[in-house]
Amino acid sequence: MFEIPKNLPDANEFIQRLPFSKALNMRVDELAESRAIMSVPYDLLIIGNPATGVIHGGAVTALMDTCCGLAVLAHPDVNTPMATLNLKVDYMRPANPGQSITAEAECYNVTRSVAFVRATAYDEDKARPVATTHATFTLN
Amino acid sequence: MTQLITEDSNDQLLNLRVIEGIPYLRFLGIRFDLTGEDLTVRIPPNKHFIGNPDIPALHGGVTASLLEITAKVDLCLKRLALGSKDDRKPVSPKEIVLPKTISFSVDYLRGGKPSDAYAQAKINRMGRRYASVQVEAWQEDRTRLFAQGTGHFLLV
Repeated sequence: MFEIPKNLPDANEFIQRLPFSKALNMRVDELAESRAIMSVPYDLLIIGNPATGVIHGGAVTALMDTCCGLAVLAHPDVNTPMATLNLKVDYMRPANPGQSITAEAECYNVTRSVAFVRATAYDEDKARPVATTHATFTLN
Repeated sequence: MTQLITEDSNDQLLNLRVIEGIPYLRFLGIRFDLTGEDLTVRIPPNKHFIGNPDIPALHGGVTASLLEITAKVDLCLKRLALGSKDDRKPVSPKEIVLPKTISFSVDYLRGGKPSDAYAQAKINRMGRRYASVQVEAWQEDRTRLFAQGTGHFLLV
């Protein structure tokens, strides 16, 4: 039985049940209608450039995918499972080493079969995004 | 002392060993297979890489990481090979830096299964600063793609 998380504790429990999200220590910070904010802490295991200590873009992408998916589930018209159809990430700058990454996603449109989402990721410098995303999800 | 990697193309394997040591690639258990100049990247199954445990399907972030890493490493190898042809100095392992991703788009074609996942890249354009790469990912059957990606990269 598929249960849609509708509040913050449920959303965190939901994310904890996704092994890869759990492996990256993802956390849900906020959940509102059609919106989700999630973060992943800095970890030496996910470094992509050993010379600088900057984390790998793939970890940012994984956070974006999960956060966008959660925003879809937080949309009032969505009550079925969904799957990512396309996810596009633009990388603006490397994340500051030692800082956690936070993604804010908004599901801004839903049709009968497709959900559209945009998201932005930051480190502690909120004025300059690390990455932005556009994603589409299939419903059911 | 820093060990130097020579320009011999056989030493691409040595380059790959260095790249394999990148923490996030180790985290994903990334494996490289080089046949001639063709690189295949593999992620072995791991219970921690599941996204939806009910199906169970590979997490979209793992699939996206596989595609992006394949594109970057393929570019990196091609540049190291070109570098040697240009008669540049050999590079030390410390100097091997993967290209920076400008943008990367992933299409999920079917659910990833908890088994080996493979990917191969096709470099469509590699200039001095920018490169454009397409990547295909499959599992049991090379002709049945479960994901594809397109990316633009900054060559550093």
